[in-house]
Amino acid sequence: MNTEATQSVYGEQIYKESKDSHTLSILVDNEPGVLAKVIGLFSGRGYNIESLTVAETDHDKNLSRITIVCTGTPMVVEQIKNQLGRIIPVHKVSDLTIKGPHVERELALVKVAGRNEDRIEAIRTAEIFRAGVVDSTTDSFTFEITGRSDKIDAFIKLMLPLGLVEISRTGVAALSRGKEKS
Amino acid sequence: MSTNTSIIEKQEKEEQKTNNMIMSGADMVIQALLDNGIDTIFGYPGGAVLPIYDAIFQSGKIKHILVRHEQAALHAAEGYARSTGKVGAALVTSGPGATNAVTGLTDALLDSVPIICISGQVPTFLIGNDAFQEADTTGITRPCTKHNYLVKKIDKLAETIHEAFHVAKTGRPGPVIIDLPKDIQFAEGTYKRPDEIKYDKYQPQIKPQESQIEKAINLIISAKKPVFYTGGGVINSGKEACDLMTEFVRETGFPITSTLMGLGSYPANDKQWLGMLGMHGTYEANMTMHDCDVMICIGARFDDRVTGRTDAFAPFSKKIHIDIDPSSINKNIHVDVPIVSDAELAIKALMEAWKKHGGNKNKTELENWWKLIESWRNVKCLSYKNSEEEIKPQYALERLREAIKGRDDVFVTTEVGQHQMWAAQFLPFNKPNHWMTSGGLGTMGYGLPSAIGVQTAHPDALVIDISGEASFQMNMQELGTAIQYKLPVKIFILNNQWMGMVRQWQELLHGERYSETYSNALPDFVKLANAYGGKGIVIEKPSQLDEKIKEMIESDVMTIVDVRVSKNENCFPMIPSGKAHNDMLLSPSAEEIKNAIGAAGKKLV
Ligand SMILES: Cc1cc2nc3c(=O)[nH]c(=O)nc-3n(C[C@H](O)[C@H](O)[C@H](O)COP(=O)(O)OP(=O)(O)OC[C@H]3O[C@@H](n4cnc5c(N)ncnc54)[C@H](O)[C@@H]3O)c2cc1C
Ligand SMILES: Cc1ncc(C[n+]2csc(CCOP(=O)(O)OP(=O)(O)O)c2C)c(N)n1
Repeated sequence: MNTEATQSVYGEQIYKESKDSHTLSILVDNEPGVLAKVIGLFSGRGYNIESLTVAETDHDKNLSRITIVCTGTPMVVEQIKNQLGRIIPVHKVSDLTIKGPHVERELALVKVAGRNEDRIEAIRTAEIFRAGVVDSTTDSFTFEITGRSDKIDAFIKLMLPLGLVEISRTGVAALSRGKEKS
Repeated sequence: MSTNTSIIEKQEKEEQKTNNMIMSGADMVIQALLDNGIDTIFGYPGGAVLPIYDAIFQSGKIKHILVRHEQAALHAAEGYARSTGKVGAALVTSGPGATNAVTGLTDALLDSVPIICISGQVPTFLIGNDAFQEADTTGITRPCTKHNYLVKKIDKLAETIHEAFHVAKTGRPGPVIIDLPKDIQFAEGTYKRPDEIKYDKYQPQIKPQESQIEKAINLIISAKKPVFYTGGGVINSGKEACDLMTEFVRETGFPITSTLMGLGSYPANDKQWLGMLGMHGTYEANMTMHDCDVMICIGARFDDRVTGRTDAFAPFSKKIHIDIDPSSINKNIHVDVPIVSDAELAIKALMEAWKKHGGNKNKTELENWWKLIESWRNVKCLSYKNSEEEIKPQYALERLREAIKGRDDVFVTTEVGQHQMWAAQFLPFNKPNHWMTSGGLGTMGYGLPSAIGVQTAHPDALVIDISGEASFQMNMQELGTAIQYKLPVKIFILNNQWMGMVRQWQELLHGERYSETYSNALPDFVKLANAYGGKGIVIEKPSQLDEKIKEMIESDVMTIVDVRVSKNENCFPMIPSGKAHNDMLLSPSAEEIKNAIGAAGKKLV
């Protein structure tokens, strides 16, 4: 998180408020330029994006859902939401973190190249994490794992000494629990 | 059968044609502008907008003002919009036309001015090819417009223009650019009228929540040291809002101050008026803000020019904030009662609630509050040392104020610098929409084109651009526009031969090292005016002011007045950077100033 955004322009005092991570679910028109508007807002105003996912979710109504995980003090997060709300093609901004219980999932592909014990250990770890093998050669595996981001982090950490080659992560997708819309 | 349908289709097409519903994209632009109440547009032609210029020529229904630089087209549209309350319109070509417009768009964004700008674009099939005069206009203007569009299909064109007007003027107003490829201007399609479009996409909240009004009124009726802090949002809300606010403020008997952008929303000749607040605001306004116990902010955005040090901003107060844009609330300053609403509707609701509760009964406390305020007023913070030999800029403006006294057809625009602040301090603003200045972006070169826009909307009014010699030179090519359209704008240059505002900061903060701020090689402004076919006047002595100002007012052509003012005058009062409202500098004593600004303050702008 860029500290400038939380500092007074008069520089002398820094707000001592703590920074929290928030998951925002944003419903937008699926039209060219919307993603640039959302991302540009974050870079232009010095807010930090930790994770971002976007895809069309309603073909008939031409809507996409953008899920963003960001951090900031309560005042900054409120600004982020209000600034997002100003973007004309943005229909709705929900702060799932504040709204209450919600599910968050991420998918990752993890490529590991190892031999002998490392290879066996990688497979064993993958089983514990319920990660599937989506590609395998005599000297490599690519695992697919879904779950909360911290679970994926943990998996990756364990794969590191076992010959981790590269990773591709989708970023967080999230919805609120229960029957109501996010 | 198929021949039948095709005959019917043909007939329908013919019918639509006779109803003028089928037309080229360029004709649609004209029709859509007219249907949205635009009869004047400021622009500059080029290859990518030739079809639209042809349609302007052929329709003869839109008055086109040819500026000399696209930046000026946008500022003129701003002046037009601000002085009429309508949407301003501009037309520019692709590439350099669009990039030249960027400063004007950004200016309009920061000052919440409703503008529609149409830019030409290379044909759709060339987009992305680095074609001749291609620029990624929607990419470049994304952060400097309220919204932007690239129209790639003729059936979307009319709808897009109507929606653009809706977006520009609804909620917090702002500039919208429509990028229009040349092939779409040539293409034929069916025109849709504004009433055929649904605008459900963008409908910001404009009505106040009752529970919030209740909370606000409870603070207001129990206040002992209240103050109204009002801004440009009240003027955005409209004349009705200004009138209602004036009525409400009078009813309460509370003091009121405004931001630079709010000047004119409340009559400056009223006894409850404290003058402008902020960095160059009055002592009484800033002290009142600092000591207040209830602050009623309407349509102002707690800008850093206004708050000073945020942790020392009105430390004893409960704050009510009425703003139509939720992102303006709790941005810089935490408030106790946020009210997301149009100013007019919120003031109406507050007035009703005030009556219902029987008003504020803290009579003695309010009287004491006013006594305190009077003592601050008695400091007479705007006094300056006058001179018989040199023209003091403040004195020049005081004489101008005298000369326009009692007239209500005077519009003032400004450039940016000391002269802008002195104009805010010394000129009378009694009505909304008569004061046009670049507050948020602080764009030098705004004043002359803006005056041109104002004069276009009000041909018989007296329109004066209060200017500095440096700012004036940033858009002085527009003298030609003023002459061409017989717009008798007056350019009142407070010529101190310095970029005065910057020189002032160098004096105060950079050890009097005047790096590159002297206005060297100045032109002879009288000759310059004459060269364009206008009138030039020079004023060199205080004793000439009245007579020459009269001459300027009576002139019926574009007139430049070169007022040779003292070179080293500084603008006071001033809250030094990094200081609180009650830490104002009143006197130009250099020692005091040098000690006033700390190292942290120096880093700020
Ligand atoms: C050299 C220089 C010096 C300056 N010094 C000062 C100074 O000393 N004092 C000063 O005050 N300014 C000063 N300024 C100007 C300053 O930078 C800001 O532009 C100004 O303070 C902002 O005014 P405002 O708060 O009224 O907001 P505006 O920019 O006018 O914004 C309007 C606010 O009202 C809201 N709004 C819009 N429409 C409505 C509606 N219908 N209903 C309700 N709300 C609405 C908007 O959302 C926004 O929050 C200076 C500028 C320059 C260039
Ligand atoms: C386009 C632009 N460039 C630079 C500045 C920075 N700046 C602010 S005030 C100023 C000096 C203005 O000088 P002048 O127009 O002579 O007015 P004065 O302050 O002397 O009254 C400058 C350079 C600006 N506001 N705008």
